[in-house]
Amino acid sequence: MPVTELIRIAFNTLRNNKIRAMLTLSGIVIGVFSIIAIMTLLNALQAGIEGGLNSLGSNTFQVQKFPAMQFGDAHSRNKFRNREDITYDQGKRLKEKATLYKYMSIEDYVYQKAFKTNKAKTNPNFYVGGVEPEYLECNNKTIQYGRFITQNDLIRNSKVAVIGMDAVEKLFPNVDPIGKDIIIDNNQYKVIGVFQKEGEGFGQSNDNFALLPITTMQQVYGKNNRSMNIAIQAPGKEEFNESVENIVTVLRSIRGDKPGEADSFEIFSNESLIGQVNSFTKYFKYGAGFISFIALLAAGIGIMNIMLVSVTERTKEIGIRKAIGAKSGSVLIQFLIEAVILCELGGIIGIVLGIVTGNLLGMYLNSPVVIPYDWVVIGLVVCSAVGIAFGVYPAYKAAKLNPIDALRYE
Amino acid sequence: MENNLIDLKGIEKVYIMGTEVLYALKGVDLKINKNEYIAIMGPSGSGKSTLMNIIGCLDTPTGGEYFLNGKNVSEMDDDELAEIRNLEIGFVFQTFNLLARSNALHNVELPLIYKGLPKTERIEKAEEALYNVGLEDRMTHKPNELSGGQRQRVAIARALVNDPSIILADEPTGNLDTKTGQEIMQLLEELNQKGNTIIIVTHEEEIAMHAHRVVKIRDGKIESDVKSNKGRAMSERKEIII
Repeated sequence: MPVTELIRIAFNTLRNNKIRAMLTLSGIVIGVFSIIAIMTLLNALQAGIEGGLNSLGSNTFQVQKFPAMQFGDAHSRNKFRNREDITYDQGKRLKEKATLYKYMSIEDYVYQKAFKTNKAKTNPNFYVGGVEPEYLECNNKTIQYGRFITQNDLIRNSKVAVIGMDAVEKLFPNVDPIGKDIIIDNNQYKVIGVFQKEGEGFGQSNDNFALLPITTMQQVYGKNNRSMNIAIQAPGKEEFNESVENIVTVLRSIRGDKPGEADSFEIFSNESLIGQVNSFTKYFKYGAGFISFIALLAAGIGIMNIMLVSVTERTKEIGIRKAIGAKSGSVLIQFLIEAVILCELGGIIGIVLGIVTGNLLGMYLNSPVVIPYDWVVIGLVVCSAVGIAFGVYPAYKAAKLNPIDALRYE
Repeated sequence: MENNLIDLKGIEKVYIMGTEVLYALKGVDLKINKNEYIAIMGPSGSGKSTLMNIIGCLDTPTGGEYFLNGKNVSEMDDDELAEIRNLEIGFVFQTFNLLARSNALHNVELPLIYKGLPKTERIEKAEEALYNVGLEDRMTHKPNELSGGQRQRVAIARALVNDPSIILADEPTGNLDTKTGQEIMQLLEELNQKGNTIIIVTHEEEIAMHAHRVVKIRDGKIESDVKSNKGRAMSERKEIII
């Protein structure tokens, strides 16, 4: 008996029992939906995070007092807090003594600042960075117009600022900002350049900042209780690990870390951050996988139950089919295909709902739209497996019915 | 010998129910030729149904041999029997046994699906079979939209569609009123005249009288096997009905 015919029979049967079919496949829908929605969301988040991290620049890594991402209790946070600050001087010495790097940028940031001009004011959600000329290379940033901070600015402690596009839009809506003054914490700076707009990521703007020469920054905000962030670009991909090793060794000696002790600073790169994100999202994936597994197990039992009812209800039909020449195999396949189609329908609905929901949530968090093709395939395969696993016993029962008894069944 | 379509040799059927042993058939010898029209009669419990099931290849005997068209059916397994039922036997049941959710055409098409014919050929043959039983304008009707007589005609079309060696009718008029029953018997008569071999299982004398040969079963054995003159049988039938 051709498979197309069996599929047609299965669809006819399901159409004749619409409500029952919908209820039965809802379990599968829930199981598949939960895993696909979570996987879609996590993939979208990850794509967003990776996109954001890649803007840090290639072959770049960073040194700072605190780790980039902290998953821990108060105790582990105290451990980082008790570390000695990374001072600008330490950074400068690192720049002198380290041998294997291409660019190094020592940076210092203060957050939650409001920028002002004589006429306008921003919300207090902007940040100020003190940086060196190498900032551009190490952070993969581009100047839209004007110029960036130079070595001269550093030497002279120039009161100049390079600003992000948000500051331009808020403070200088219809004028050329170059040469204009900007006021931050009652200090006046001359705008010398504007960064290319980067847009939003995770609901946060990437353009709400102003950069000053780091020497100016230290003059204004002080040197004490400030810990620098050092961005380093390795000479190339091959030298990356060696470069990290070189920086770690030199910085340990500068900071007086004793042999055998752990580093008194954190070092991380795009790759290690992505790794951390993955190891974090991994648990969500396990959780979703477990929930889906339970849901699919329950759904599978529901399908087996309904298929057993169906076989009993259709005993007469099975008898008729057998009497006019259906072999046991045909009957077995007929019921198996019905169970698989039931599962696949549920799976497809669950996948569509899951992808839509996951992406809607992701879009809310400004992540790109993704379709987790691997999980779509896994979902469909698992649904077929559930259909076969839980459909085989009812189908076998149908196939083994004695035609005489089946025909007599009322 | 070459005319022996059905050759039953010492057929026995024993049911073992717990400690009790039930002899449903105790050695039945029966030969049926091609183009015969035969009635198998007997009271309930006589083994008549068991014999019908064995002839229809729905069941296998526990003893003896059954040759259908020269093939030893008594030694076949389930799948081989399914194939024999599909190709050699057309069933007509008392309760019609149509698929309730399928229309007449699909019901008639069903044996051809299991035979593995391509769709266009199936439709063509099924339509022809329905035409032959006078239901050309009822093809898309479902069983519940048809009268009892029409349902039985669909069942007969289904039985005929594969051009089987035997038409095996089990109380074909049992669920029909007298007039419709006569029409169905008329149809079977015509099919016999066209060369079909027909076996009717019934307990009604008047139905059996349509046949040209009546085999009576009692207590698992053949009690009598009488070839009747058809004309006489028909006239007797009239008397009884009047």
